Amino acid sequence: MARALINLPRTARRGEVIEIRTLIQHVMETGYRPGADGVVVPRDIITRFTCLYNNEEIFAAELAPAIAANPFLSFSTVATESGILAFTWTGDNGFEQTETRSLTVT
Amino acid sequence: MSSPSSLRLSIERRALGAGLLAVALLRPARAERPGLREAVLGFTGGKEPSEGGITLDIPPLVENGNTVPVTIAVESPMTEEDHVRRIALFNERNPQPHVITAQIGPRAGRARLSTRMRLATSQRLVAVAELSDGSYRSASAEVIVTLAACVEG
Amino acid sequence: MRRVLLALLLAGAASAEPRQSGFELMSPGTQAMQRDDSANPGMLWVEEGRALWDSTGCASCHGDVARMRGVAARYPAWDAASGGPTDLAGRIAQCQEARQHRTPFPRESAEALALAAVIGLQSRGMPISPPEDPRLAPALARGEALYRERRGQLDLSCAQCHDANAGRHLAGSPIPEAHPTGYPLYRLEWQGMGSLQRRLRNCMAGVRSEPYAYGAPEYAAIELFLMRRAAGMPLETPAVRP
Repeated sequence: MARALINLPRTARRGEVIEIRTLIQHVMETGYRPGADGVVVPRDIITRFTCLYNNEEIFAAELAPAIAANPFLSFSTVATESGILAFTWTGDNGFEQTETRSLTVT
Repeated sequence: MSSPSSLRLSIERRALGAGLLAVALLRPARAERPGLREAVLGFTGGKEPSEGGITLDIPPLVENGNTVPVTIAVESPMTEEDHVRRIALFNERNPQPHVITAQIGPRAGRARLSTRMRLATSQRLVAVAELSDGSYRSASAEVIVTLAACVEG
Repeated sequence: MRRVLLALLLAGAASAEPRQSGFELMSPGTQAMQRDDSANPGMLWVEEGRALWDSTGCASCHGDVARMRGVAARYPAWDAASGGPTDLAGRIAQCQEARQHRTPFPRESAEALALAAVIGLQSRGMPISPPEDPRLAPALARGEALYRERRGQLDLSCAQCHDANAGRHLAGSPIPEAHPTGYPLYRLEWQGMGSLQRRLRNCMAGVRSEPYAYGAPEYAAIELFLMRRAAGMPLETPAVRP
């Protein structure tokens, strides 16, 4: 399993806009780079990221090989209710990882 | 291990070296490459985006093209009636024009996206936002990529 | 060839500070990446190291990794087994072999870097303070000699760039003073974590010389000299560099 770092506040006031930052360990091999033997290394990237807030998608992104290794994404959401945020990265070679964080809204 | 960038980057590294910076500064203003324009129009469905109301924040001079922080922000109240639906970023001289496309909505609260990207060489970038009324806005930036010293291989 | 390279050393303002971390030469964006743990990709390796600390049994002797505070700042240290200095990575490998009875993680493997990173983080902000052990004196002298020795097809020593031309530029890149304050660190060029030995190998390749093998005593000697030279500067692990 790849290491992932997710940064968001644990608590927020209702209606507050909170910033979410995510980092995940991934080589993001472009598919354009020749290896030491001169043969192009096959593409191996994360192609999609989603963030679900109590099962409703609030953010999604399609990633191309131009996204740097160990992809970083920062976005925001309105704190509407207490619950679970689920972060999923999917990509080449069957890559799929989901992390969850809870948010308490007061 | 060599840098996971395009073959072109490694060729430019050897061929241009220190001259790249000077060349980039002297290069005259030029039209966008067809690949970039096609990618933008592919995203907008052929509509011409308007300028303004969107910012593309990226360092004008980057230390290493492997990891370049970039932020796109769109002026929008982000309400049900008036919000940004999608934000996309395109480049001119990487092997592929597409960098990222994000789907957002009123629940985002703010129309703002940050990530880190690869730049094979100095080039132009275009950010495009799709608004809930079906209109498009765009912003562009020119970036100069300098080359790291003492690399592997 | 050397003339060509020296011609690339464009004039730049030399720093008035007595010593300067490479951090000071970075762009504000790269500095921000290092400063903020939620943006620093090196923290991914730290998290991996934290998991390994528990899963491989380090914790059963040493307790919480927080108890390693100050340890990374005191390397390279005297190693009785080899009769010379050992770096932190060498000590971890030794511990794995002698006390955990397992094959050590290979040098520069993700696991080895992760453990060094999480141990290094415990000393972040603390002054670098390699031991002033008289038994290390010969290695220290050897390290300084290696630092000043011309090498490779370009016939350049470390000192010619990092002492005589520090603060100037090699093509587009500023030349740092070569204080190894943040290893293991995340180098944008590598798109990953790496040790000081990997960085030294890059420099050696840069002057077109044959790098020593990973783990060679020459690296420990150079590191000892550089850490003594950087004594008192705050440790930055996990640093970010271009």
